[in-house]
Amino acid sequence: MAGIEVTTLHKRYPDGTVAVEHVDLSIGDGELFVMLGPSGCGKTTTLRAIAGLERQTSGDIRIGDTLVNDLPPAERDIAMVFQFYALYPHLRTRDNLAFPLRAEGLPKAEVQERVDEAARLMRLGPLLDRRPHRLSGGEQQRVALARALVRRPRAFLMDEPLTNLDAELRADMRTEIKHLQGELGTTMVYVTHDQVEAMSLGHRIAILNKGRVEQIGTPLEVYDRPASLFCAAFIGSPPMNLIEVEVADGKLRSQGGLVLTPPPGLPRDRRLVAGVRPEALEVTEPGAEGSVPARVVSAEWLGDEIIYVVDHGGQRDVRVRMAPTVRFAADAPVGLRHTGGPPPVYDVDTEELVA
Amino acid sequence: MAVSVDEAVSAGPGRDHTPPTRRRSGRGRAVLEVALLTVLAVVMLFPVLWMIETSIKENRDVYAIPAKFFDFKVTLDHFKDVFAGSGGGRSALSVSFLNSVVVAGVSTALATVLGVPAAWAYSRFSVKAKKDQLFFILSTRFMPPVVVVIPIFLMYRQLGLIDNKLGLILIYTAFNVPFTIWMMKGFVDEVPAEYEDAAMLDGYTRLQAFWKFTLPLLLPGIAATAVFALIFSWNEFVFAIFLTSSDSVRTAPPAIAGLIGGTTVDWGLVAAASVVFALPVLVFAYLVRKHLVAGVTLGAVRR
Repeated sequence: MAGIEVTTLHKRYPDGTVAVEHVDLSIGDGELFVMLGPSGCGKTTTLRAIAGLERQTSGDIRIGDTLVNDLPPAERDIAMVFQFYALYPHLRTRDNLAFPLRAEGLPKAEVQERVDEAARLMRLGPLLDRRPHRLSGGEQQRVALARALVRRPRAFLMDEPLTNLDAELRADMRTEIKHLQGELGTTMVYVTHDQVEAMSLGHRIAILNKGRVEQIGTPLEVYDRPASLFCAAFIGSPPMNLIEVEVADGKLRSQGGLVLTPPPGLPRDRRLVAGVRPEALEVTEPGAEGSVPARVVSAEWLGDEIIYVVDHGGQRDVRVRMAPTVRFAADAPVGLRHTGGPPPVYDVDTEELVA
Repeated sequence: MAVSVDEAVSAGPGRDHTPPTRRRSGRGRAVLEVALLTVLAVVMLFPVLWMIETSIKENRDVYAIPAKFFDFKVTLDHFKDVFAGSGGGRSALSVSFLNSVVVAGVSTALATVLGVPAAWAYSRFSVKAKKDQLFFILSTRFMPPVVVVIPIFLMYRQLGLIDNKLGLILIYTAFNVPFTIWMMKGFVDEVPAEYEDAAMLDGYTRLQAFWKFTLPLLLPGIAATAVFALIFSWNEFVFAIFLTSSDSVRTAPPAIAGLIGGTTVDWGLVAAASVVFALPVLVFAYLVRKHLVAGVTLGAVRR
């Protein structure tokens, strides 16, 4: 077990593409750390640099106390699980699991013991004598996880391991991975573009964009106070409403007159945008106390909740999350009211959190 | 071929002014297709059949007018003449066949050994100006052999490679390497790089990972590519006739062509030699036909 330190990582390919601009990460021992971002943000390149599959242009990577910059992947004592499971197609499950151990030259008895243990942990008993092409996607991914487990590495690296699975299986595997990581207490770096996965798995999340870290924090921190407009738009489904506001009479006021509680320390003379989560708003009967007039554009009935899309005073497409019992027809005149605490406020020009 | 016939048929009645009622029914269309394909098959296959027939006819039947299609005496003398010389021992033709085997075999092997790792490298690594490099490699095949044969002849004369099997091997390899790189790159692209990544994490070097995991998965592709390269080297005529002169070095295509042009032409021998020449490629292509189809249709379906 070991923590991972990445300092001033920069990766530029010979053809001139810059995959990672500048990344600093400090991943604790036994932490499940998620790197989240859209495709092309540099998260996979960062992971591959940690694994040693890519050589960074500059910057240092430490696993535990070891500076691993010049170590080949095999000597970094890590295991990696790929989006495409990369099970050796000509080997049975049993041999796929034993493969890295045999490559290390472990005695036969120990190989057997470790394979059995991993198979038990991932419940692979009946699959041990099958070849990869006779396994379903979920089974292949469990074998891939088990193959990472048998190594007993200092850290696990996961490169979008659940992307190729269907939704239901993905949820199951998510639980399984979280449970496994908790039980083994291993350091795990998990790369994904799926924010639900990131939120549900990670002890901490790093949001990457254009080769830079936009924010690092616990899922709640990232959800409640996104550090930039990019993070605000990326985390949450539906995402935060970004509402242009002005400071007037000690309140935050939108163009349509919606009044929000201001956070302390707001700067003056700047164009501001408030990030309001859909659940911090409420659709009311028209004219209800503290509400501003609005109009329902559409309603998405999700069963356990309704997402109302409303317009109010020139502000279009504000999304509001409501209980399924509160029903308004499309096009109906309604009221819109803010119910939550002070929202995070961003500077329109720098796109960063100001209060 | 079937596709072009199909298009020719559907293009006619389907177009603008024809009312739908006058469209040929499915059955009529099928009959027409079969008829057209039959005509095409006859036109394409007749020379081959005629060649085979001529190779087993006696000489007087070869020249018979009207031509004898069926009622002739079958003889294998011409095939004997292909391999055995007139005064006993090996014939010049059989030597040229052996030369063809050596030249085509060695040049194909060389092109594969050089081209496959190159294709792997182009597929896996980020290389500066990769597209330009690949285009340059392909561009060496833009010019037909006959255009470059004179300068190559002059260079070869300086190097002493004229009338030398090594000379032919080198030039065929040079022509086959670009083709091998291009075709194999497609196959390598299809093999997920994660296999190599996983193997490297398991303690192998990059080259070992390629050798142990990627290469076995590439074998069908290598077979298909090698067959194409082999067919090129086996059939090549222009370089062979310009760069070789003696019977001991000459490959089969110029040797067979050399049979024609004397005062009398032994057509039976020409036909028999052609049959022997055509057989190996046909057999080889038949054996790897599955991979050949995989090779040409590669990339039609995305993973």
